[in-house]
Amino acid sequence: MSSSSDLWVLDVWKSYHRDEPVLQGVNLSVPAGSLSAVLGLSGCGKTTLLRAIAGFEQTQRGRIALGTRTLDDGRICIPPERRGIGYVPQEGALFPNLTVHANIAFGLSRSERRTDVVGELLELVGLERLARRFPHQLSGGEQQRVALARALARRPEVILLDEPFSSLDASLRTTVREEVSSLLRRQGATTVLVTHDQEEALSLADSVAVLRDGVIVQQGTPAQLYSRPVDTRLANFLGEANLLEATFDGDRAQTVLGRLPLHPDQDRVPNLTRGLVIVRPEQLRVSPRAESAEGLPGTVEQCRYYGHDALLHIRLAERAGAVAVIARVGGEQAQPAGTEVLVAASGWVSAVSSGDLP
Amino acid sequence: MNTLAPPKRDVAGKRVRALSQRRRWPLVTIFGAAVAAALVLLPLVFLVVEAQQSGWNVVSRILFRHETAMLLWNTLRLVAACTALCAVIGVAAAWCVERTAIPARRVWTVLLVLPLGVPDFVVGFGWVSLEPGLHGYLAAVMIMTLSLYPLVYLPAVAGLAGVDPALEEVARSLGLGPWRVFWKVTLRQMLPAVLGGCLLVTLGLLAEYGAFEIVQYQTFTVAIFTEFKLGFDTAAACALSLVLVLLGVVVLVGELYLVGHGRFQRSGPGARRAPARVKLGHFTLPALFALFALCCLGVGVPVASLIYWLIRGGSTTLPPASILTDTAHTALFSAAAAALATALAIPVTAAAMRHRNRLTILIERLALLPQALPGLVVALGLVSFSVRYALPFYESASELIVAYAILFLPLAVVGVRAGLANAPPRLEEVGRSLGRRPASVWLRVTLPLIAPGLWVAFCLVFISSCTELTATLLLRPTGVNTLASQFWAYTSDFSYGAAAPYAGLMVLISAVPAYLLTRRMTTLARMRRA
Repeated sequence: MSSSSDLWVLDVWKSYHRDEPVLQGVNLSVPAGSLSAVLGLSGCGKTTLLRAIAGFEQTQRGRIALGTRTLDDGRICIPPERRGIGYVPQEGALFPNLTVHANIAFGLSRSERRTDVVGELLELVGLERLARRFPHQLSGGEQQRVALARALARRPEVILLDEPFSSLDASLRTTVREEVSSLLRRQGATTVLVTHDQEEALSLADSVAVLRDGVIVQQGTPAQLYSRPVDTRLANFLGEANLLEATFDGDRAQTVLGRLPLHPDQDRVPNLTRGLVIVRPEQLRVSPRAESAEGLPGTVEQCRYYGHDALLHIRLAERAGAVAVIARVGGEQAQPAGTEVLVAASGWVSAVSSGDLP
Repeated sequence: MNTLAPPKRDVAGKRVRALSQRRRWPLVTIFGAAVAAALVLLPLVFLVVEAQQSGWNVVSRILFRHETAMLLWNTLRLVAACTALCAVIGVAAAWCVERTAIPARRVWTVLLVLPLGVPDFVVGFGWVSLEPGLHGYLAAVMIMTLSLYPLVYLPAVAGLAGVDPALEEVARSLGLGPWRVFWKVTLRQMLPAVLGGCLLVTLGLLAEYGAFEIVQYQTFTVAIFTEFKLGFDTAAACALSLVLVLLGVVVLVGELYLVGHGRFQRSGPGARRAPARVKLGHFTLPALFALFALCCLGVGVPVASLIYWLIRGGSTTLPPASILTDTAHTALFSAAAAALATALAIPVTAAAMRHRNRLTILIERLALLPQALPGLVVALGLVSFSVRYALPFYESASELIVAYAILFLPLAVVGVRAGLANAPPRLEEVGRSLGRRPASVWLRVTLPLIAPGLWVAFCLVFISSCTELTATLLLRPTGVNTLASQFWAYTSDFSYGAAAPYAGLMVLISAVPAYLLTRRMTTLARMRRA
């Protein structure tokens, strides 16, 4: 990409007809050259947000800007063809009447078409042999890669990906996903990826913004989001979570699992003395009672075995309040139900707001 | 994350251009759609104007006289008998072809549709020219049933293909016998398709003039034609026309009501298993015989009669040289009408599909209204309009072309709709995000994708215009004949031999587009699947 700019979405509102607004003051910043994911359940407004950035929908309030250039401020709305934003829709949306070559060349000027831009792009996505095919002769993954090459052809400042991998088979999804993201990184493209798959968002993006009911509830690095979600709903959405009652004492939290250190960067140091903290299953160490003396006694109630790892549902002993916790252990450490174990927590914990229980 | 400072406001002076580009396209579309709607309403408005001008006293005297009641009774008993027969024959034939292991299935699928290619008045001509004693109610019922049953058969086949065999299997596993499954599950699921077919039959019957004139059976349409063309009584013709329009609207609303009252499964996009075909066993021969008889009576007799008169007529008199100019007129008027109707259908359909709101939905409904309008009624409305406000337009070629375009606008809408379904708006959005202006995207993406649909629309209107009789008889420019009008002139004089070549040419002219049409339809279906 020649010159990438930061993409800004500032307090954007959008409603259709007289319905409740789909976007209710969305704030999002995508630094130049980064890959940001917008994560949300279906119906949360993430596709609307993407379409507003692309210019297919006009917003009512707020501002969308690329660098210093305003794209939409609720009154002026630059049409999509003059935004310089590439768009890769779900399932590719290739023009069925054009070959792969013509699809990629679609947005190019006459002089550009005479150069070998298309050939280079085909090489980039590894589809040189398929230039003369028609879209219906391609597999889902190939269609997706052509759609990406087509979007890249005009060297847009920003690339938008609308759930681009959801229509692919599970086996294919991981490979295509890796290919596409490494390709976009090599190009240095500023990318916004919309998805409902938290694993996809966490593993691909530099930054993840969670959209819920038309507002961004949290934006941060994948690690920040996973270990320090703002509320319990988000904590559960991003993966299994132990939400434990705690009493706060300076930089420590007193829980059934003992006195655990609070994360030093916690944005909102709780004024309260009591609340919830999140402990991810990976933070729990589980050992058979015979081998170790460290930790709290408990009994395995259920064991879910996944091969590479296993989830243990453990009921802590009576004196620890008989609390149920979930621990993730390596597959070889899976314990059958009924095993007596010792459980200990490690690492930082983080307070979460319980105001938004699912 | 918020390490970057928001940029300063910079509003380039591009406000006007940005706004106008967004709004212009929908406006063009909606304006085009409104023109189409106005054209459809024009003849109706002028029917009312005409009736009002002659005074409601006169109108009510015409409407409440004894003959009108007789016409109503004649029309209703014909509609009832024909629609019921067409429904039974159409569904039974569809079931035989779609769901049984009957021999030579492919052949039957083609033969059973053929009556659609022969205009009703030519079927009437075929029978009556062979058996002059054939007239009255039963003759009308027989001829119309034989030429209209494909209108139920075709949707019934599609409806049967749309019924998920899994539903029937579940019903069997719940303890229902095969007949009850057909009655309670299969038929219920295909009911909208069958009712849609019955609607077309009823509207066709209300509009038909030629065939009933030939078998000397008086219906509303025949009476209106006689009042206007022979009695020169415009007031009576318009008053009776209003009753006819009312009948059509009642039928249209009735069908909506019936279909709206059931829940029907929509076929999902997933692949479905083909249903098991019923082995007919001892019933194979009777079934084969029934289908054979149906095809013989529906296509065999009219075509044989046509060939007979062609040979006999050809041996005594050669067709006059004017047959060439008549053919040229027919093709020219029909092609112009097809182009006009297709052009009008594009904005109507695009507005309804892309900018869906109450106004655009209303416009689309209006564009489908001519289904319920007999050609005679549209022609009368146009005559009334042109005599009052546009005399040069009266009995001009353009008036005839406009009449065809209005009459067959619903067919064009159906074709264009199928085409537009192949061009989802998402593709246009992608095209614009690649830096192309809306007009350029439309030309390079949308137009090639909807072209097969436009072609279908064009062919449908062309075929129907070639064989249109009543509006042609009323509106054709003085001294100009088309194949249909000349055929009618000869038939009215009982010069069957002279009439036959015209009928033959009409069938030929409409057969070529019909053939292209079936090929396009399969292309469309394939594109949808891809």
